[in-house]
Amino acid sequence: MADLKKIVVDGLWSNNPATVQILGLCPLLAVSGTVVNALGLGLATMAVLAGSNACVSIIRHYVTDAIRLPAFVMIIAALVTVIEMLMQAYTFELYEILGIFIPLIVTNCVVLGRADAFASKNPVLPAFIDGAMMGLGFLVILLLLGALREVIGQGTLFTNMQLLFGPSASGWQINLFENYRGFLFAVLPPGAFVGLGLIIAGKNVIDKRLKQAQKRKQDAEPKTSRRVRTTGQVA
Amino acid sequence: MALITVSSPHTTRKGNHTGAFMRQVLYATLPGIAVLTWLFGYGTLINLSFAVIVALLTEALVLKIRGRDIRFYLSDYSAVITAVLLAIAIPPTSPWWLTLVGVTFAIVIAKQLYGGLGMNPFNPAMVGYVLLLISFPAEMTRWVAPNEAHSFSTSLQLFFGHIGDVDALTGATPLDTWRTWAGNAEQLASHPILHGNVAGMGWEWVNLAFLLGGLYLIARGIITWHIPAGVLAGVLAMALPFWLIDDIRYGDPLFHLFSGATMLGAFFIATDPVSAATSRNGRLIFGFLIGVLVWVIRTFGGYPDAMAFAVLLLNLSAPTIDYYTQPRTYGHKAAKRGARK
Repeated sequence: MADLKKIVVDGLWSNNPATVQILGLCPLLAVSGTVVNALGLGLATMAVLAGSNACVSIIRHYVTDAIRLPAFVMIIAALVTVIEMLMQAYTFELYEILGIFIPLIVTNCVVLGRADAFASKNPVLPAFIDGAMMGLGFLVILLLLGALREVIGQGTLFTNMQLLFGPSASGWQINLFENYRGFLFAVLPPGAFVGLGLIIAGKNVIDKRLKQAQKRKQDAEPKTSRRVRTTGQVA
Repeated sequence: MALITVSSPHTTRKGNHTGAFMRQVLYATLPGIAVLTWLFGYGTLINLSFAVIVALLTEALVLKIRGRDIRFYLSDYSAVITAVLLAIAIPPTSPWWLTLVGVTFAIVIAKQLYGGLGMNPFNPAMVGYVLLLISFPAEMTRWVAPNEAHSFSTSLQLFFGHIGDVDALTGATPLDTWRTWAGNAEQLASHPILHGNVAGMGWEWVNLAFLLGGLYLIARGIITWHIPAGVLAGVLAMALPFWLIDDIRYGDPLFHLFSGATMLGAFFIATDPVSAATSRNGRLIFGFLIGVLVWVIRTFGGYPDAMAFAVLLLNLSAPTIDYYTQPRTYGHKAAKRGARK
C-alpha cells in the first residue's frame, strides 16, 4: 500500500498538476473567479480524470502504441460529454456560466498527461486513485484560487452556491467587508496569474521549510549505529 | 605591471552612485510637482508624501524578509522615485487607500518579487498605475478642472475619503474632453479646456514643467536624449499627418505633445534605466514606438491617455529591441541576428 500512499501524496502535493506541473492553466485561470465556478469545474475535471484513468488502464493491453493517443482522447471526450450533459441537466445555470470550459476539459493537458504517463502503464486501482488524486489536487488549487479572487475581487465568499447545491445554499454567501467597492484586478485574468503565482510561491516556501526542518532533525540525531548503510538513502 | 581592476560600473568619482543619480531625478520632478499643486491643489503633495512613506515601509519590509541590507537599498532612492512618479500620475483627488494599493503593488509585486532594483522587467510605477486604472476607473479619472485648485482642507477630506459632491470638485481633462467629442466641431470649439495657449488648458503648463525638468536631466547627463526624442518624434510622426488629413477627428500635434502624461512619460518614465532598451539605436526605436502607441491608444483605444500602457508594452519588447540593435564592436563584424544569413 506504500505505493498507493505515494500516489496520493504525489497528486495532492509533490506532483500537484496546478502548482508543480503547471498544467491545465487555461481553465484554472479562466474560471477561478468565484468559489462556485472553481468547485463546479474542479469536480467535473476530477470526475473525468478518475474515469479516464480507469478506462485507459483497462484497455492498456489492447491498444497499440501507434494509435494510443487518439484512443485516449476518444475515451476522454466521451467522459466529458457525459459530464457536460449531466451538468446541463442538473446544474443548468452553472453549465451556462462555465460555458466552453466544460467541453475544453478534453484538451486539459492534465487528463491526457496522466492517461499516457500513468494509466497506460499501471493496473486499474492505482490508475483510478492517481486520477482521483490528481483531480483532487487540481480541485484544491482551483478552490483556493477561486476563494482568493472572490474575497479580494468582490469581498464575498461562497456567493451563488445555489447554482451547485440547490436553493437551500443561497444563504451561504458571506460578505466579508461592508461597502466593499470591489477590486477589479482580482476578477480579471491578470489577477488569476498573480494569484496562482503567489500560491506556487507559498507551496515552495512550505517545501523549503519542511526540508530545512528535516535536515535539522537529521543533524540533531546522535549517530549511534556505526554500521555503514549499503542500500537505499537515509530519508 | 599591476593594473587596477574595478568591476563595472566604474564608479570612481565621488557622488557617482545610484542614490546620487536618483536624487537628481527627484530634483527634476520639482517644477512639475509645483505646477500640479498650483493648478489642482494640495492633493498631489499629500498623496506624494503618503506614497513615499508607504514605499519606504514596504521596501524595508520586503528587504527584511529577503534578508537584504535595508539601509543600503533604501538609500538608493529608487523606492522614492517609484512613489513620486506614481503619485504624480494618479489624480490629486485620490483617497489614501488608492495610493496605498498602487504603491504596495508597485514595490512588492512589480519590483521586489522580480529581485529588486535592476531586475524588474517593467517600470514599477507604471505597473502600479495600470493596476489602479483597470481596478478603480472611477477614482482614477477624477481630475480637477484647471484653475479650480482645491484648498488644503478639501484636499485632506478627499484624501481621507470624505467626499461629498465629487462631481462638483472634479472636471474632465483635455484628453478626456477630446476623446468624448472628437469629430464634433461645434462641441470641440465650445469646450474652453481644449483651447489653452499651447495645448489643453492647464495641462500645457504641467507638460512644460516636466519638459524643463527633463532637459535638466539631459544637461546633467542623468539620461541621454535618445528615448525622449524618440517618444516625442513618435507622437509627432503619428499626430501630424492625421491632423493634416482631418483636424476635427484627430488632435493637433501640439495638443498631443503637451497634454496628459506626454512629457512626464517621455523624460521620466520611459527613461527608467532598468526597464528601457540600452543601445543608442535601441533607445531611439524604443522611444519612437512608445510615442506611436501613445497616439494610437489615445485615438483609438479605450482610455484617454496611454503613456502607462505604451511604456509597459515597450518594456516587454525592450530585450528584443536590444537583441537586434546590439552595436558592432570595433574590429568585429556586425552580429548576425534573426533569420538573416
